[in-house]
Amino acid sequence: MTTPTSSRPRLGRPLTHLLVIALALAIAVPVGWVLLASLKRKGEFFGSPWTLPQSLHFQNYVDAFVTAHMGQYFLTSVFVTALGLVFVLAVSVPAAYVIARYEFRGRRLVELALLAGLFVNVNYIVVPIFLMLVDWDRALVDVFPGGFFIDNPTVLALVYAATSIPFTIYLLTAYFRSIPVEYEEAAALDGASRFRIMTSVMLPMARPAVTTVILFNFLAYWNDFIIALTLLPGDGKTLQVGLLNLFTAQKAAADYGRLYAGMVIVIVPVLLLYAVIQRRLIEGMASGGVKG
Amino acid sequence: MTTSATPPPAQRNGVSKAEPAPPAGRSRRGGGRSPVRRRADTRFVLLCLLPALVLFAVFMIVPTLNVFRMSFYTWSGFSPDMRFVGLDNFRALLDDRQFVRAFQNTVALLVVVTVVTTVMGLFLAALMTRQRLRGRNLYRFVLYVPNVLSVVVIAAIFSAVYDQENGLLNGALRLLSLDGLQQVWLGNQKIVLYSVAVAMVWQSLGYYMVLYMSSMASVPEELYEASALDGASPTRQFFALTLPLIWENLRTTLTFFIMSAVNLSFVLVRAMTGGGPDGSSEVLLSYMYKQAYTNSSYGYGMAIGVVIFAFSFLVSLLVSRATRREPLRY
Repeated sequence: MTTPTSSRPRLGRPLTHLLVIALALAIAVPVGWVLLASLKRKGEFFGSPWTLPQSLHFQNYVDAFVTAHMGQYFLTSVFVTALGLVFVLAVSVPAAYVIARYEFRGRRLVELALLAGLFVNVNYIVVPIFLMLVDWDRALVDVFPGGFFIDNPTVLALVYAATSIPFTIYLLTAYFRSIPVEYEEAAALDGASRFRIMTSVMLPMARPAVTTVILFNFLAYWNDFIIALTLLPGDGKTLQVGLLNLFTAQKAAADYGRLYAGMVIVIVPVLLLYAVIQRRLIEGMASGGVKG
Repeated sequence: MTTSATPPPAQRNGVSKAEPAPPAGRSRRGGGRSPVRRRADTRFVLLCLLPALVLFAVFMIVPTLNVFRMSFYTWSGFSPDMRFVGLDNFRALLDDRQFVRAFQNTVALLVVVTVVTTVMGLFLAALMTRQRLRGRNLYRFVLYVPNVLSVVVIAAIFSAVYDQENGLLNGALRLLSLDGLQQVWLGNQKIVLYSVAVAMVWQSLGYYMVLYMSSMASVPEELYEASALDGASPTRQFFALTLPLIWENLRTTLTFFIMSAVNLSFVLVRAMTGGGPDGSSEVLLSYMYKQAYTNSSYGYGMAIGVVIFAFSFLVSLLVSRATRREPLRY
């Protein structure tokens, strides 16, 4: 309160402050409640939900990890997310670099198509993607009788990567353009090949943009459940789909402990990551990473 | 790896020191020109571009075109029997009470959530940037948290909040002796849509607040100082200065918001209510999904998809036109 921004005394100020606190609580309380509830015993879920757990019942976590397979789903999610990030960077960095720095025929068209792609949401096209993969499986039934494209985490990672290409290239291109060309000129005169210039000069300089892209895409892949639900209908689920199943099952059985433990397993990694990188994430948004 | 005559050692130390003149006899393409906008060797460009374009085409362009194509057919998906029916699917939509209801629900959610989130987001952002609120970094951190959570998690959190018997909301009302206000939040046809709307606002408020904060931060401080000297109250400053100056940014976010709200409502409904009770929280995308997978009417489902495409595009366009103002500069 050392820097009054207005010369007039503000009566509404305590009131507005109260409102912000109320909103923050409306977010913190349910999330915190889940953390606490994950340690309750079955009987403690009846009666008032506002009571604290009597003892720390860690068995819920063991149940969630082992019995409800959340441990296994966790590994699937880690695999798919990591692979998706590798795919998207491997194809987007060179493409963005070339779009930003080279004059070639059809560049405008490519840019326009990618821009339009920003507006295509996966939720609309997940059905045709699914049918297309089913079709491919049918065509290859002699080679892979068990199917190859459906229920394949690698294919899921590929779809994740493909659907985030427009956003990724958009962000990277803008950043590449903002890097002065003198660095490349110097490297070129030193005899570096085009490929070398891209990987050893430009890529390290674009680190901030690459980090932003990784963060946004990480959240998108890790949190997705519609595509994973559709493309992995078998037993190899991702964490989110596993949680949805747990959700349905535990609700029906009125047995919540395992469900809340499962939720904590899903929430904690993102929350930790967010705590570490929040500044970067918010800067990334300001720099044009608007993604709904 | 310079191949030309070795320059004196001293010169090699310079980081970006180049040879004094373009060396004669070297015919590397683009040698004398700047490497920017090089007429490059096509092979390099193609190699860099192709993987991304192939993935983009196969998993985005083709499926998008397929949505439109399939909407003209009746097709149960797995049988080879695919019949062209022209616009019949679209005509059938008009008489489909469930579709009309899903459409109304989508529009209602869009209006309520957009208005509430935008107004609250702007208000909070102004508060956080203009008033030196103590602990504002903490508030910003907390308010943004829902945006990093997955929709399944949010759905699970809200079913814990809304649960009829053991829910946080009804539990709190009991504690406050307001038993009369208790509701079946997700089971009452009249309320369920608003319950979903609250979850949507809860999820996206922090995101839009942060976006508005970053555009408000770029408004020069002198303008506020000058207007404060003229005796403008913070409220007046907000309407006379802040709002007009961030207007363009606001318009852009509004367009994105409409697009993402259509999707968010779907994923939340899918995980929270399944469209129920009795279709009272069904939205367009969840109905499309139902037709496609549960009902195996892929063509009909895709017709719904086309309607959503057209609808969200049209609304974005309308909003963009309706909010057009003379751009203000500072």
